[in-house]
Amino acid sequence: MTWDQGLHKATTVLAGEQGTRELTYLEAIRAALRYEMQRDQRVLVMGEDIGVYGGAFKVTQGLIEEFGEDRVIDTPMTELAMIYAAIGMSFEGFLPVVEMQFADFISTGFDAIVQFAATNHFRWRQPVPITIRAPGGGGLRAGPFHSQSNEAWFVHTPGLKVVAPATPADAYGLLLSAIRDPNPVIYYETKYLYRSLKGMVPEGEALVPIGQAAVRRSGEELSIIAYGAMVQEALSAANELERAGHSVEVIDLRTLKPLDEAAIVATARKTGKVLIVHEANRTCGVGAEVAAIIAEQAFEYLDGPITRLAAPDTPVPYSPPLEDAYRPNAAKILAAARELLAY
Amino acid sequence: MNEIDDELLQQAHYWMRLTRALDDRGTFLHKQSKIVGGYFSQIGHEALSVAAALSLGPKDIIAPMHRDLGAYLVRGLTPRRILAQWLGRETGVTRGRDANLHGMGDLSLGIIGFISHLPASTGVITGVAHGIKLKGEPRVAMCFFGDGSASQGLAHEAMNWASVFKLPMVIICENNQYAYSTPLSRQMAIEHIAQRAAGYNMPGVIVDGNDFAAVYHATKEAVERARSGGGPTLIECKTMRMRGHAIHDNMAYVPKELLAEWEARDPIARIEAELRARGLLDDAKLAALLARIEAELDEAQAFAEASPYPDPATVTDGVYA
Repeated sequence: MTWDQGLHKATTVLAGEQGTRELTYLEAIRAALRYEMQRDQRVLVMGEDIGVYGGAFKVTQGLIEEFGEDRVIDTPMTELAMIYAAIGMSFEGFLPVVEMQFADFISTGFDAIVQFAATNHFRWRQPVPITIRAPGGGGLRAGPFHSQSNEAWFVHTPGLKVVAPATPADAYGLLLSAIRDPNPVIYYETKYLYRSLKGMVPEGEALVPIGQAAVRRSGEELSIIAYGAMVQEALSAANELERAGHSVEVIDLRTLKPLDEAAIVATARKTGKVLIVHEANRTCGVGAEVAAIIAEQAFEYLDGPITRLAAPDTPVPYSPPLEDAYRPNAAKILAAARELLAY
Repeated sequence: MNEIDDELLQQAHYWMRLTRALDDRGTFLHKQSKIVGGYFSQIGHEALSVAAALSLGPKDIIAPMHRDLGAYLVRGLTPRRILAQWLGRETGVTRGRDANLHGMGDLSLGIIGFISHLPASTGVITGVAHGIKLKGEPRVAMCFFGDGSASQGLAHEAMNWASVFKLPMVIICENNQYAYSTPLSRQMAIEHIAQRAAGYNMPGVIVDGNDFAAVYHATKEAVERARSGGGPTLIECKTMRMRGHAIHDNMAYVPKELLAEWEARDPIARIEAELRARGLLDDAKLAALLARIEAELDEAQAFAEASPYPDPATVTDGVYA
């Protein structure tokens, strides 16, 4: 089977009722994997401890019982060979979803992603339709190697797409889109939200398009642009500000590459004050690119400095007082927003 | 060489001569500044790349590298497309996007384009072989890597994975003595890379990489084992890189005696000696073959030189599928 022979067409679309259900963020990811695997025989998942054990976070629990060990593959402990293997499987017509046990471990598979997968279509026009799930982010007291938000490495790389869902519905819909995308997609899922966030999730074909931000809350005086775990923190801060009489807009980027420039520029022009928030390190983070887009395309609309609230340029610390000092949260967003509102 | 039939031997001879002539043509075009950037010669590797490729069937997949020009040709990549690639033209394999032999992939010919980060081919082919196994098809995946990239972790990861899942895979290590300037003594503390196969519980085979028949028999046996469910094989082809790492490199670090020793084992001289012994080749026949090949390359070069460069306006095309 080659790409040209209709690899991208769904083999079966499940009939059935298209309702909604309340799921945790984690359950939404699992529901998306199940839906895609039921829908399309070419979809398979692989990773360390994901089959019999059900995954370090139990995201893939039950899949090996339902789909068997050919499609739910427990691999040796080797992220580099795993991602290369996914690339090779895609050349044979499969649509592999690779789980990095933690986003931190993706560095051991770096070559396969940025050198091979990202450049392949540009060089010899062979698509690499793989999805890499990267459980990232901190707040769980997990220390420097189980807490990273390293998405900027991949946002910088041409040929990749990067998504970062902030809600259960987006976790579901963006994973469907990632699996069906003909390009390599890094799917940053937020461990902090796995069981702490519940929401209504549509059933069936509820794809969330890659490349579209969402207005989570409409407002007039200030825009907060965030993604991943920081969206909920931004919404908390915005609600608090509303009680004080301020009208605050919250934009959830949802996709980090390609960025939804139109949505970014529109909110900046609308409110004239922009606070960008992410839990990744500050320097050359996604926020820097968002700020540059606003500076280039909304300069004359601005009523205050484009402001970034990000983690400092340090590794992620373990001890609770240190991690709390490191990681942005609703209280820090509130303080930064008040300062910008008063500008 | 007696077990190789006359027809196969003549076929191999053509491919090996075409490979060397195209390689020489590339060196010539680089000296003329028509090929820019780097150029990688494969002189000395003709027997192993041609033999390995000839041991495969049309639906098998290979992941060759920059010394495997013969394998690309055998799989059906034409001198036209290769020369257009080297000259950076729109009609080249990568339409001017990738350099020299890099990225010369075409899955319709069962070829995976390589990247500089050797041994990436071992990892990708592991996935191809895994996919073939999942589909239950009687096909084989073959990759090539070198003595230098044998030191990379990925070579270990891929061979381990291939053996754990008992994949239909043949791994060819081209031990050509030097990784750029680094000799084997700085690459490994064992005598043969094939010894490592024991660590993966797969057969490890050592062959004279300059002997067409030896490589053909070894690869054919490994391909049949893979095709019949017997799992992967590591084949170490002992050979010598007869030119520098790339065209700029005068390889002053290689002892002259070592080069002379391998010059005497030239793979083309050896297959031609066998052809003459069988009465299949004489001076006139060889001259005719070489003239035919030169004409084929003249035509291919003319095509390449007449081909347009890529349109600068298309520089961002194809980043995404």
